[in-house]
Amino acid sequence: MEHGSFTDNSAATFSLTEEDHTLANAVRFTLNQDPRVTFCGYSIPHPSNARVNIRVQTTGDPAREVLKDACQDLMLMCRHVRSSFDKAVEDFKASNAVKAMKIDSQDSDLEESE
Amino acid sequence: MAGQGEERGEEKKKFSIWDLPDVPAGQLPPHLELQRTRVLCNKDAPIHTESVLYSGAYASMGVDNSLRLDHFCNNFRVEVVRLTEEDMEFDMIGIDAAIANAFRRILIAELPTMAIEKVLIANNTSVVQDEVLAHRLGLIPISVDPRLFEYMSENDQPNEKNTIVFKLHVRCKRGSPRITVKSDELKWLPNGSELIKESRNVASDSASKPETYTSFSCSQDTLPEFANNPIAPKYLDIIISKLGPGQEIELEAHAVKGMGKTHAKWSPVATAWYRMLPEVVLLEEVEDDLAEGLKSKCPVNVFDIEDLGKGKKRATVARPRACTLCRECIRGEEWEKRVAIRRVRDHFIFTIESTGALPPDVLFTEAVKILEDKCERVITELS
Repeated sequence: MEHGSFTDNSAATFSLTEEDHTLANAVRFTLNQDPRVTFCGYSIPHPSNARVNIRVQTTGDPAREVLKDACQDLMLMCRHVRSSFDKAVEDFKASNAVKAMKIDSQDSDLEESE
Repeated sequence: MAGQGEERGEEKKKFSIWDLPDVPAGQLPPHLELQRTRVLCNKDAPIHTESVLYSGAYASMGVDNSLRLDHFCNNFRVEVVRLTEEDMEFDMIGIDAAIANAFRRILIAELPTMAIEKVLIANNTSVVQDEVLAHRLGLIPISVDPRLFEYMSENDQPNEKNTIVFKLHVRCKRGSPRITVKSDELKWLPNGSELIKESRNVASDSASKPETYTSFSCSQDTLPEFANNPIAPKYLDIIISKLGPGQEIELEAHAVKGMGKTHAKWSPVATAWYRMLPEVVLLEEVEDDLAEGLKSKCPVNVFDIEDLGKGKKRATVARPRACTLCRECIRGEEWEKRVAIRRVRDHFIFTIESTGALPPDVLFTEAVKILEDKCERVITELS
């Protein structure tokens, strides 16, 4: 799964099965933003096989740790996205409910005055 | 000569460009900031489309381009524009295209749904062939929460936890006009299959229940979720087939859980797409006749005319969000100097149209959960 050298563990290629651009591009984005990384990229050897090769080269830290940290960052970003989205949907539904109530009360006021 | 060189050497003091008073420290100069945050859509092709990812890209300017999670968490915002049972439109600000695309791909291909997979046809004398009929049945969206069911693999027996059984029995009597078979004719069978499997075992006693194509241990409508709302197709007016006099269709359809990756019938969204927020900027003052011309050129009315008094008019950008990037306003001579069309690189306008199994906001939450699960899987494989 990890193809690297036994002596130098700061550069390695990780071969993931059952993955495609969905995860690989997102992980590549977070990896690139890490200051310890000198080179990172992914490739799909053949589109019929669901296999992705992610290459990581670092400034000295073990490549495995850096990849793990990048995945961890991505998970935290996803959690934050999910909580912000849930909150935004709740706020929207609440403000819509208030608007609907206001319209209802306006209509009933009109009916009463008539 | 050597003396003069030495004097000059003593006069030259080392100073850094950051000591100059008008160079902003810690910030990028405006033209680099434009390159980093906007896609410039020119007449021939867009430029600066790749986001600058490398953490040390602006190191010489003293600006840190690395991903700081707290920076992301503070700047990230979601704003919902429209939310109904069937579709929603919302803005995600502060996220990168790689992750937005990951969500879009998961919404289309990796969210599970229930769809008809096996069709057991007892009688089909209609003009629609068996396989065409089975294909059409598979594409009908079923209004049921797929999270209540499990996947069925090839070795599993179909039981109440992984299969939904529907029955379709329509006959057009001789002498009556043609009838249209719509999806409301699909009846849910909560007790499982009614078609009896022919078993070669003569030894089995006739008193025991005959074996059917599914083995339901309990009826599905005893489960609390289905007790009061029966499972049915989401839209009851989908035309399945048409029958002439004397033709009949009798079949049983089994629906299982699957993902859009395997077949598009299992995709929970009609479609899901995103676009970047357009930004239309007037680089020069556009007045009078030119302003009228600009306003009439745009097919979606992005520009408006503002009266300055004394008969002078000026064009303003009123609705940049509606811009479809048709580039009509920069076609023609010299318009490129006056109008600039750009896209904001980290502001995405997402639209999700659901087919009905789950409401669109639930779909998006599930998609984010699936991306988290993928990361988790990679982390456990690495450890």
